Amino acid sequence: MEPITTFAGKAVALPLDNVDTDQVIPAKYLKVTDKSGLAEGLFTVWRYLPDGTPNPDFALNRPEAAGASVLVAGRNFGCGSSREHAPWALAGYGFKAIISPYFADIFRGNALKIGLLPVTVDEETYHELLSHIEEDPETSVTIDLAAQQVILPGGRAVAFPIDNFARHCLLNGIDQLGFLMQQDEDVRSYEAASPITLNTHL
Amino acid sequence: MPKTLFDNVWDAHIVRPETPDTPAVLYIDLHLIHEVTSPQAFTELRQRGLRVRRPDRTLATMDHSTPTTPRNALGIIPVIDPQAIAQLDQLRKNCADFGIPLFELGSANQGIVHVIGPEQGLTQPGMTIVCGDSHTSTHGAFGALAFGIGTSEVGHVLASQCLLQSRPKTCAVRIEGRLHPGVTAKDIILALIAKYGVGGGTGHVFEYMGEAMRALSMEERMTICNMSIEGGARAGMVAPDETTFEYVAGRPYAPKGADFDAAVARWRTLPSAPEAIFDKEMFLDASSLAPMITYGTNPGMGIPIDAPVPTPEQMPDPGSRQELDAALNYMKLEPGKPLLGHPIDVVFIGSCTNSRINDLRQVAHHLRGRKVADGIRVMVVPGSQQVKRQAEEEGLDTIFKAAGAEWREAGCSACLGMNADQVPPGKYAVSTSNRNFVGRQGPGARTLLASPLTAVASALTGVVTDPRTLLD
Ligand code: SF4
Repeated sequence: MEPITTFAGKAVALPLDNVDTDQVIPAKYLKVTDKSGLAEGLFTVWRYLPDGTPNPDFALNRPEAAGASVLVAGRNFGCGSSREHAPWALAGYGFKAIISPYFADIFRGNALKIGLLPVTVDEETYHELLSHIEEDPETSVTIDLAAQQVILPGGRAVAFPIDNFARHCLLNGIDQLGFLMQQDEDVRSYEAASPITLNTHL
Repeated sequence: MPKTLFDNVWDAHIVRPETPDTPAVLYIDLHLIHEVTSPQAFTELRQRGLRVRRPDRTLATMDHSTPTTPRNALGIIPVIDPQAIAQLDQLRKNCADFGIPLFELGSANQGIVHVIGPEQGLTQPGMTIVCGDSHTSTHGAFGALAFGIGTSEVGHVLASQCLLQSRPKTCAVRIEGRLHPGVTAKDIILALIAKYGVGGGTGHVFEYMGEAMRALSMEERMTICNMSIEGGARAGMVAPDETTFEYVAGRPYAPKGADFDAAVARWRTLPSAPEAIFDKEMFLDASSLAPMITYGTNPGMGIPIDAPVPTPEQMPDPGSRQELDAALNYMKLEPGKPLLGHPIDVVFIGSCTNSRINDLRQVAHHLRGRKVADGIRVMVVPGSQQVKRQAEEEGLDTIFKAAGAEWREAGCSACLGMNADQVPPGKYAVSTSNRNFVGRQGPGARTLLASPLTAVASALTGVVTDPRTLLD
């Protein structure tokens, strides 16, 4: 995984609450056995008109939004299905961070695993960002992972929470499985002491 | 500190405690996998040259992309979709290569992952259970800590049998009082989500408790825990009791003889201490509930079946007004108008929420000797092959077919718009599943979530119908 430190990117707004992962990517795109083609399915219901042509009114399709890498989204973004295809599709499309007042738990964890930053901000900052984007569709924000800060267009820096371990992994480009594999000795002693006898090979 | 049920299960699974710099390493007792969210995890394992640490704690089934069309002359369920074929083949290969038991499409034990775990006795109190599927919360009905994970985490569990987790918060969900006739477990959970919203449980694990919960069967508790995720909670739990032990006893994978007794003794220590403190509390009076139905595009947009569709003026803030507008525009429903009597096109009885034998018996009871309304497609989809066999032994299939309903093979079916079972664009479906998201049951499909009782009442009339009209 590529290390992430600081990046600046154009922000695009999707100010809807409770955007579920079926909207991020519908189930019909989930029949792949790899990660290919998912970006085409991103927000497909909103992005395309019934005849398959791009919907000119959808935020991501506006010319000013071209190249956006930060999505500013409403509360409880990523609720519903646990499909990791949702963050894969967002990252595949070119997003590096999502900013929202809060994320659904599973989406948040999935996004962190693949280096798509879920940035939680307070309501005031969220609304401030929305008005910046409304005034200037070319608005860019800076996300400084090391400092755990979002820097808004006016220069105001807002801290965001992220668990230390996920941050450490992202900053250094390490993935979490490596750490888990190092716990082998502890896992063995745990298993030796566990009273559970289940065996799925009946 | 007096511990909650959640604390008891969590603490018993800590391999390495949380530190300021690292999350806890949590041991996973049972890992269920299916064809959709696992292939990329196996690819990761192969790329790194890793093996599956505990194939004996892993079990696979085929459910999401599978057809539910009746078997052909050879007794085989034909798969036509080339992508589904590839996905199922990949699961077969992965299970064979890594030594994981697989319940093949159409085989005796195959079914929806959250139906087979409990019915096989794989799901047991006090366990940690995960699956690459958000409705893994279902298994919490047994007092297990069960939650959905993403594909990266599926890889973590395959390789290490562990997950890195930060401790979630706890929320006591008290459901007191007794349900009135015609009101079911499904109505409890729809009412709870309508009251606290789809984000109300975010960051928390629910523990359902109270008089109403104790009175419910295991199947009904599963229906409630299933939809915990729809309330934003990653997991929902119910303290195990005699109802739980009785359900688990004698099932194929459950402990036997003295082992079972020892397990029950352990399970009795799991419930929350009376003085345990939760981070948050929710409350619902079951005796005040009517049958519930959803009108919108998330499971929190639910109303008592005899209430009118909300109006934008009733919404507390501009955000939710906008959400309601968009939902009603998609659903083509008018604010302030009743849903009762609204014409429907499809009735879907199935999914991991409501496809167990008790659900099918209830539906059959009201279909016996009757016909579904003209022009309505009614699909009855058992949650597993075992449920299907049991229903057929009881003659329920004959009742469904005589009433004009379709009796199909086991699987997720029309719950998610991934296989051939879909609700056509613009059509209304009363569905016993768990999600009414835009396009969930197929592009343009309009889903009204409800209980199996409401579904059968509506199937008989062809319009949204109060199930209390079925009661004599
Ligand atoms: S029945 Fe529906 S909700 Fe349940 S596992 Fe299948 S797709 Fe998911």
